[in-house]
Amino acid sequence: MHRRILAAFTLGLMVCSATAQDKVLRVVPHSNLSILDPIWTTQFMARNHGYMIYDTLFGTDEKNKVQPQMVEKWTVSPDQRLWTFTLRPGLEFHDGKPVTGEDVTASIERWGKRDAMGQKLMTFVERMDAPAPNTFRMFLREPCGIMLEALGKPSSNVPFIMPKRIAETPADKQIEEHIGSGPYVFKRDEFKPGDKAVYVKNAKYTPRKEAASGTAGGKQVFVDRVEWNLALRDAQAQVNALAKGEVDVLERPAFESYEQLRKADGVVLVNKDPLGFQYMGRFNHLHPPFNNAKVRQAAIAAMQQEPFLRAQVGVKEFYKTCASMYTCGTPYGTSKGSDIQSKSNMKKAQALLKASGYDGTPVVILKPTDLAAIQKLPDVAAQLLRQAGFKVDLQAMDWNTVVSRRSKKEPPAQGGWNIFLTAWLAPDVWSPLTNAALGAAGEKSWFGWPSDAEIEKLRDQFARETDDGKKKALAEAIQVRAFEIGTHAPLGEYVNPLATRKNVTGWVIGTGDVYWNVKKN
Amino acid sequence: MLGFILRRLLATIPVLLIVAVLVFLMLRLTPGDPAAILAGDAASSEQIAEIRASLGLDRPLPVQFAIWIGNLARGELGQSYFYKMQVTQLIGQRLEPTMALATLTIFFAVVVSIPLGVLAAWRFGGWFDRALMGFSVLGFSVPVFVLAYILIWIVSLQLGWFPVQGYRRLADGFFPFLHHLILPALTLSVIYIALIARVTRASVLEALGEDYVRTARAKGLPEIRVLVRHALANAAVPIATVIGIGIAILIGGVVVTESVYAIPGLGRLTVDAVLARDFPTIQGVILFFSFIYVLVNLVIDLSYVFLDPRIRY
Repeated sequence: MHRRILAAFTLGLMVCSATAQDKVLRVVPHSNLSILDPIWTTQFMARNHGYMIYDTLFGTDEKNKVQPQMVEKWTVSPDQRLWTFTLRPGLEFHDGKPVTGEDVTASIERWGKRDAMGQKLMTFVERMDAPAPNTFRMFLREPCGIMLEALGKPSSNVPFIMPKRIAETPADKQIEEHIGSGPYVFKRDEFKPGDKAVYVKNAKYTPRKEAASGTAGGKQVFVDRVEWNLALRDAQAQVNALAKGEVDVLERPAFESYEQLRKADGVVLVNKDPLGFQYMGRFNHLHPPFNNAKVRQAAIAAMQQEPFLRAQVGVKEFYKTCASMYTCGTPYGTSKGSDIQSKSNMKKAQALLKASGYDGTPVVILKPTDLAAIQKLPDVAAQLLRQAGFKVDLQAMDWNTVVSRRSKKEPPAQGGWNIFLTAWLAPDVWSPLTNAALGAAGEKSWFGWPSDAEIEKLRDQFARETDDGKKKALAEAIQVRAFEIGTHAPLGEYVNPLATRKNVTGWVIGTGDVYWNVKKN
Repeated sequence: MLGFILRRLLATIPVLLIVAVLVFLMLRLTPGDPAAILAGDAASSEQIAEIRASLGLDRPLPVQFAIWIGNLARGELGQSYFYKMQVTQLIGQRLEPTMALATLTIFFAVVVSIPLGVLAAWRFGGWFDRALMGFSVLGFSVPVFVLAYILIWIVSLQLGWFPVQGYRRLADGFFPFLHHLILPALTLSVIYIALIARVTRASVLEALGEDYVRTARAKGLPEIRVLVRHALANAAVPIATVIGIGIAILIGGVVVTESVYAIPGLGRLTVDAVLARDFPTIQGVILFFSFIYVLVNLVIDLSYVFLDPRIRY
């Protein structure tokens, strides 16, 4: 009798929990979604949220070519100073209003104040206007070689198009409304920070005819609803939930989980982003010992990529060494100038350090203890640098302390730092302008603040150049110079395949975490 | 009695004020800059400085404190730096899962531990008593996350009885709500079962040695009546104290369980806020926890009146 009651009770519970599973794609994203303004912050989760609800003028396909997205056609004047863009018909915001040229110019203007590449582009832009509802123009001071690359950039900050009234929010303030013209509509009323974010299919969205590829092509939506599970962050609990079919996708499983995931019934791994990520060790150029280029070179020579990749990723098929500061396998990927690292060894590093005049100043390395994707890198860096002859002070802290600490320009003894290590998504480092670590404008540059007039001059030339061959040569020259002055140490590349239930198919190959074209059978 | 309650409620004001000052100062003295975290990886120092200014974090500490206390006096806990939501709203969203988990945990703990503790005292020195003491040591010693993974593996993955993660709100239906909550509550209750069973055993054992129990037995009362009406009733004060403290600790201390079972409760909110340096949320949540502690203590004190007629306020 008791068994029957228990069985009926359990069955009842199971039936109740099964009813909520129709055409809902249940995703475990790689992190928590906290900020909903993808222009205000460069956080990847905000960018992914942006891809759900906003559309872009251009996209980047899986072969890293920029393709039109909201734009139907465009023309460039013979003197290359006037760009005229026509929007494709049928573009409509979630509030039912059509997307106009004015919405676009306001959006570009706001993005151009926040994004590094946008800021660069805006130095060329004299003015913008919208002569017709479906047209916008950009008048340039001089020809510019990065227009499409900038407008089609796939990673943070992506120039998402918002309604004019929202895009007019000051760039230093977060937007309050979340209305786009993208393939999904954000359910603000169902958003529970730290718990879940919900997106429903935008029935009015008109996808392009081309097949989906990267962030370009037709953004077809085949599920009614996408739910991001923001509460499920324990790596083992994620694996259990996927194995039991309680969630459909793990965006970026922990490397330690792959063995278990491979054995789980009904689970497959999908390497939808073959370019993956690049690890990087960044030096602080303001303070000893890394205010000396020769010391930085010695450190780069010591920081061989294989030990970092082996320790951090571990799964051989998921990582590779890459002698380029740009993503390997992309147009600017090159090994030029990398001999200091790629053809070096510990003896050479020791000799370089000895010749540099290094005085034994301890090197403060920031070690995040709570970010599984990079937490082993600092230990490897510390060991390699010690072997080369450096004195090392490895300081453990949580990732957000690292984030705060690395912005401090004070000397290491006063709360500053000498080295931190991080990872970048491929498009963030695949060109001299997207790669923040290659900026060398001193204290205006990204953390580490290298100062080098030659690099800055070359980057300016790169931005102006319109010929692809010459751009490639400039990118090479920038890398050669960057290795010479030791802006940073590239530490190899890796991929982080997603894990999904077998009944979920249609993943778009390319950069970024996007959920169009995905089918749940 | 009413005067006692009023006095105790008034006493919460200075307690909360001291907590407010301490939390505010500690947060400002610990490393970490919310502006840098908000800005993201590729932000420049200038952008971070802009954000810092927009949050008011560039102002002198006394000014920041005055603004916060002023808002607090108006009943506003402030707005989360990250979520752009009122902290009261965030707490409201997270309160139900934590309260539900705490309530079911305590329910399991009380229902299981008190009879076990009474039986162990009654059979003092016997195999049951020794087994219970052994279990309680195990219950204290096994980390919650280990127990959670073991239970998930057996009960969820092998037997398929319960989901491995997640929370359903009561509004979504009582069965889904209970279905998702049973396993986390069972996991969490083990340590409380161990704790309360030990305290119950010790208290009842002491009571069983008293003259009034001997008298009750001499009168020929049935043993069950002696145990429940005489021994347990007189041992209730320390047991109630432990249960009360358990509730207070549970509300703020369920973070591991919430993480393993992906329950979006207050513990997880607190940890997220601490990691993100979301000052208004941390301050608000800690004040809320302090208030709950004070309130639970008050309820425990009041319960003594009913449990022990000799106590008067």
